[in-house]
Amino acid sequence: MALAYAPSLETTPVRIAQQYDHFIGGRWVPSSSRETFATTNPATEGELAQVAAGTAEDVDRAVAAAREGYEKYWRPMRPADRAKYVYRIARAITERSRELAVLETKDGGKPIKESRDFDVVQAAANFFYFAGWADKLRYAINGVSDPAPVGVVGSIVPWNFPLLMAAWKIAPAIACGNTVVLKPAETTPLTALLLAEICEEAELPPGVVNVITGDGRTGAALVAHPGVDKIAFTGSTEVGKLIQKTVAGTRKHLTLELGGKAANIVFADAPLDQAIEGVVNGIYFNQGHVCCAGSRLLVQENVHDEVVAKLKARIETLRLGDPLDKNTDIGAINSAAQHAKISELIESGIAEGAVLHQQSCALPERGYFHRAAFFTGVSQSHRIAREEIFGPVLSIMTFRTADEAIEKANNTPYGLSAGVWTDKGAKSMYVAQRLQAGVVWCSTFNQFDPSSPFGGYRESGFGREGGIAGLRSYLSV
Amino acid sequence: MPLLLSATSPTVDAVMLEARASGFAKRSIKNEAKLAAIDLAISCIDLTTLEGRDSPGRVRSLCAKAAYPAPGAPRVAAVCVYPNLVAVAKEALRGTGVKIASVATAFPSGLSSLDVKLRDTEAALESGADEIDMVIDRGAFLAGEESKVFAEIAAVKKLCGPIHLKAILETGELGSYDATRRASDLALEAGADVIKTSTGKIGTSATLATALVMAEAIRDFEHRTGERRGLKVAGGVRNTKAAISYLVLLDETLGDPWLSPDLFRIGASALLDDLLMQRQKLATGRYGSLDYIAKD
Repeated sequence: MALAYAPSLETTPVRIAQQYDHFIGGRWVPSSSRETFATTNPATEGELAQVAAGTAEDVDRAVAAAREGYEKYWRPMRPADRAKYVYRIARAITERSRELAVLETKDGGKPIKESRDFDVVQAAANFFYFAGWADKLRYAINGVSDPAPVGVVGSIVPWNFPLLMAAWKIAPAIACGNTVVLKPAETTPLTALLLAEICEEAELPPGVVNVITGDGRTGAALVAHPGVDKIAFTGSTEVGKLIQKTVAGTRKHLTLELGGKAANIVFADAPLDQAIEGVVNGIYFNQGHVCCAGSRLLVQENVHDEVVAKLKARIETLRLGDPLDKNTDIGAINSAAQHAKISELIESGIAEGAVLHQQSCALPERGYFHRAAFFTGVSQSHRIAREEIFGPVLSIMTFRTADEAIEKANNTPYGLSAGVWTDKGAKSMYVAQRLQAGVVWCSTFNQFDPSSPFGGYRESGFGREGGIAGLRSYLSV
Repeated sequence: MPLLLSATSPTVDAVMLEARASGFAKRSIKNEAKLAAIDLAISCIDLTTLEGRDSPGRVRSLCAKAAYPAPGAPRVAAVCVYPNLVAVAKEALRGTGVKIASVATAFPSGLSSLDVKLRDTEAALESGADEIDMVIDRGAFLAGEESKVFAEIAAVKKLCGPIHLKAILETGELGSYDATRRASDLALEAGADVIKTSTGKIGTSATLATALVMAEAIRDFEHRTGERRGLKVAGGVRNTKAAISYLVLLDETLGDPWLSPDLFRIGASALLDDLLMQRQKLATGRYGSLDYIAKD
């Protein structure tokens, strides 16, 4: 090894309490049952803290607090004053960014490089962006000069981008004059709780943002609660469908941001080395725990072998290990349960006849880790080509023509994102226009901005987050 | 085996290339790894002086530093000078193991006749140069005269024989990464032992992104032919952090064999001072200052 990388651990200390309560009505309130559950670090399997187990009664209190916050403080406030609170939160996130990044990495397992450079940066950016909209809502919807907020929003967010998803939900909601009850994912509550602390220190009026921790049952109680005007959910398609059923027949507004099985399409005339970067980023970023992950590679048949060879060489340079090491590219899988799901799908791939390739690195002794992997010899009917793996596993298939690529890319119940790699502008446009996906990335991948609307077609959900389109669902028209 | 110029070269996407290249600068190389990287970087330097006012005295002083940069530090790979100063450098570096690289072929413009450029090269070789740094004809390249550019490199290499030839592409003049890739492939196929980014005489010198394109060309050349060729980045590598980024680039693109002065060089002058200062800091735990570094 001519050039060794010594471990370069992020050592910023972050205070983690032994136990956390809910944040309801501007105060820290224990669960009505006094019960708690553990949240662990998936890289060490060690417990980080105990958090409150949200009961139906807790949900009730939180919704009531959100209602009171809405009627008493937030709705009557001048929009420009609301904006000041949102800016204050944005600045606080920036000031405490290192702390938030370390906490996100410890609770969720993602590399510090990502939580530091992407998650926290984007979270702050979302608060800054939507703060700017608070007093300009007259321009948000054509023909509506004074759109009203919806009221109380129940937001349920997943474990893959805990802080960022909380920001995506809270920032537009409160900027538009709504109040929020946020239920973070069971395995990743800590950054949401730190965000609550930030809201508290920003002196956000009580009840504007409430955070209740808990598992699926807590979320279900929130979805079913009659005092909630809108539900915003990001998570699996399976749960999204349940939520839609629950909400049917009520007057609740609903937006869903669900799963995906995005196709990254690489043409023979693409700059192949750079297309490989996009493929690698598309599936291995955040260990593949990304709804819009490019989990299928559709490669033009005449360059299949070359692309596979380049990919194989490239994944050998990905560093897998301690997520707190600044040099780590592949961190921990979020939980034992997710690790098992990924293993099961990998086994199905092998059983159905596809060929598994993996990076050859050693795995840490503790923690839930999967090596960066890809399958060749995959066909459309294989489970690994149809089901969302939500792990660092890519399924590679070939195509001959642009039309065939489009057909294969669209042959899925999902429709969240896609990637197109070609040097030819006309072809890039042709393909992009025909892909049934909410976001199409051309010669790039995983590009996000608070001003850019994100969301899916079909079973990837409905509604958009980000930009003017993202304001829509938080306004009553 | 006849030299063949391949019909086309792969295309390069600038946005994704630059994103990948910036990733190399984000690697964190600390402590023991950093000390090893600093010494490796020092051992890969071509300590350079290419000024109209270069005199024998100036060159002798540079050579002394090249052979013995600081107590405990390794010597550099080579000094790089104009042909007229090769003999002086040869004498000053006798027995030190430091090589003498000479620029040639109407450096830096390359816009003289082939005869003149070959005679220029011959003179440098006769004076005792161990390596030749030639410039390719960028005007001809941009005018589409690829075979002319190819033939000139091949002719210079023929003259050099076993002496290592570096071909300076002057990437800052080529206009695009696609052109850099094409020029890289052309130079490698024409027989250049090392492809080099820049003359250091124009505003734009080596960048991580440009070096990445060239490294990819070298990697693919090895796949095609089994031969390992080298990379030299010249100009713009101002400090230790930058130097280490290039080492990371090599490590993650080409692999272990290129982490050696046999296959990698940095054309620099001031960089050595920063490397020595960082070396001092790691050894003593205290930040140094340029006052403690000898000015050559």
